[in-house]
Amino acid sequence: MEISNLPISPSIRSKLLSKGYTSLSSLSSISPSFLAQELSVKLEEAVEVLRAVSDTTTSKSAHTPNGIIPGAVTAWDMLSEEQMQRHISTGCEDLDAILGGGIHCKEVTEVGGVPGIGKTQLGIQLAVNVQIPVEYGGLGGKAVYIDTEGSFMAERAYQIAEGCIYDILDKFPSNSREFLSCKERLQVNNFLAGIFYFRICSYTEQIAVINYLENFLTEHGDVKLVIIDSVTFHFRQDFDDLAQRTRVLGGLSLRLMKLSKMFNLAVVLLNQVTTKFTDGSFQLTLALGDSWSHSCTNRIILHWNGNERCAYIEKSPSVPSASAPYLVTGKGIRGINSNFKRARIM
Amino acid sequence: MANKLINQMGLPPSLSHVFSARNILTAKDALSLPEIDLMALLDIDIDLVRAAVARISEATCPPFQTGLALLEEKMKSGGHLSTFLPGLDIALCGGIPFGALTELVGPSGIGKTQFCLKLALLAALPECYGGLNGQVIYIDTESKFSSRRMIEIGEGSFPQIFRLQGLAQKMAGRIIVTRPTSISEFNDSLQQMKLTLLQNEVKLLIVDSIAALVSWDNEKGIISSRQSPVRGSLSFLKSIAEFSQVPVVVTNQVRSHSNDDTFHYIFQGHRKDTSNSERSESHLTAALGIQWAHAVTIRLIFEAHSGHRFIKVAKSPISPPVAFPFVVESSGITLLNQEGISVAGSEINAIRCQGWKSFSGIIQQWNQLPSFMQ
Repeated sequence: MEISNLPISPSIRSKLLSKGYTSLSSLSSISPSFLAQELSVKLEEAVEVLRAVSDTTTSKSAHTPNGIIPGAVTAWDMLSEEQMQRHISTGCEDLDAILGGGIHCKEVTEVGGVPGIGKTQLGIQLAVNVQIPVEYGGLGGKAVYIDTEGSFMAERAYQIAEGCIYDILDKFPSNSREFLSCKERLQVNNFLAGIFYFRICSYTEQIAVINYLENFLTEHGDVKLVIIDSVTFHFRQDFDDLAQRTRVLGGLSLRLMKLSKMFNLAVVLLNQVTTKFTDGSFQLTLALGDSWSHSCTNRIILHWNGNERCAYIEKSPSVPSASAPYLVTGKGIRGINSNFKRARIM
Repeated sequence: MANKLINQMGLPPSLSHVFSARNILTAKDALSLPEIDLMALLDIDIDLVRAAVARISEATCPPFQTGLALLEEKMKSGGHLSTFLPGLDIALCGGIPFGALTELVGPSGIGKTQFCLKLALLAALPECYGGLNGQVIYIDTESKFSSRRMIEIGEGSFPQIFRLQGLAQKMAGRIIVTRPTSISEFNDSLQQMKLTLLQNEVKLLIVDSIAALVSWDNEKGIISSRQSPVRGSLSFLKSIAEFSQVPVVVTNQVRSHSNDDTFHYIFQGHRKDTSNSERSESHLTAALGIQWAHAVTIRLIFEAHSGHRFIKVAKSPISPPVAFPFVVESSGITLLNQEGISVAGSEINAIRCQGWKSFSGIIQQWNQLPSFMQ
């Protein structure tokens, strides 16, 4: 490995190279004070350089239980871990079925669609469903809702939470003692209090909040879902340099993926649509460009199929492409076949 | 928040000097660059860069609220401007929401300006009569504002109020009309408004119509790209709505819907929709495109078919897709059916314009002087 790959500042790197230190082994047995004298830098900076060198070399030769690469796990361990994972229900059984149970934790899912198709509705539904207690089949976690467009309406969240609780109590009418204590937790106000809402007014704030999330999530360890509604809005309006935009977005998506793995939560990004000229005609496609489309693990497109709303899984590493119809009702997102008594179909 | 200065964020002085030496003065400058680029630009260690970016992000990030706190705040401040059309108010959970962009779109002459005139009056009314007791800013880009018509609407809807001495003058005095003739004038008015809005005097902002701005843009020969000045005005409008928490109502025009507009996703394949060719003559679509359609929070479509006019709630986070038939009378817009007709599927987004007489013929009947002026 070369000096040029070390994470040190360019001026120190150029000094090292000009003094003839081109490989890591040449630095392996030098004391900090000698290096400081050689490069005419401060002692602390020389210590930093040597520390960076030793970090890179030790990570290469560390021995781990799995032998080959530090930090890796075997596929078998991952399988058992995945089977124990709970998924976040979307409210529509058909959609949950084609997703393999629901929205996966430790993954970034992108949901896109034309205006008015129900992206924000799905976002709010997920923010409510993630809070369903474990005893009732949910994750019992909280949600972070990052709103860039101002579409989150607290009254609608109230309606959806109410509908969710009503359906749970309908499905689990048991009055046994285990359920009694969680029944107390099934209050609409508790569900609303479990949604942490950030209102973002520019792309700078959007980048800032994603950077800040690491600290926030360390403090609030029970967050199991992060929703960004929508990730596109500010990046479409105010960013002038498209190449820079692609790089910044790439950095954002990497950070979000890292957060989802570190804190074992699901990240859902809502995206807008744009038109693209392919195959001789204009086609609808999700916004932010081709590079962005690689960044997310899963991709769901909400679209109109005649007079029905449909969700189509365009990209997923674990489930096949499939489509499922869904409804947006007064109680939230529901499936076509849900026949609860007071459902007011929209 | 984006323009927060780095030297006020509590970074160690040596670090903030390095930032300002390289002309990275605001949070926006620092956060727009990936960390590696920052490290190369500032010539400091990656760990220091990471710590600095983390500190800047923490300082720039807006504070969070819980959903419960949001709801309680909404309950306290009312949160809606009632339209005095019961069916529509119920569908919108109270009326035109504060802090969000509501769009009225429809063919010309269908009643959008009438709706706006009535809204302007309602916002100016004292609270005891159900209004917001505040000033109204009416940005009239097509010279359609008619104060005589507005007083007439007032007389028709609230006769007992308007008969009171001087109240009509007081109401009309609260409505400020401005008529910009270019985008720069429009932007200037918005900037000035920013200050007045903050002082909590203005309770409603109406822009009638926004599509005219785009036609000015095109007249000057600027090809409307993503970075055209109009886009800037539109996003500025949205941010004004957000931080001042006033309702912002915007009217939009329609343009004809060519078959190319029926876009599909790649996975849907190409469809030959022969049924669409009959509808295409009277099929319209909102101007300003799909990016604008994403930006508005609530979209009310005004359309006409089967001999009636309808207000459709096409896009709203809190309402089901319903259509209300309406007529325009001397007292403004009245709904014929308070329950609303449920509209299934993508029909809710269609704008039709068939089978009704042009509105301008009807306005001839209202050329009599309102009673208070006789």
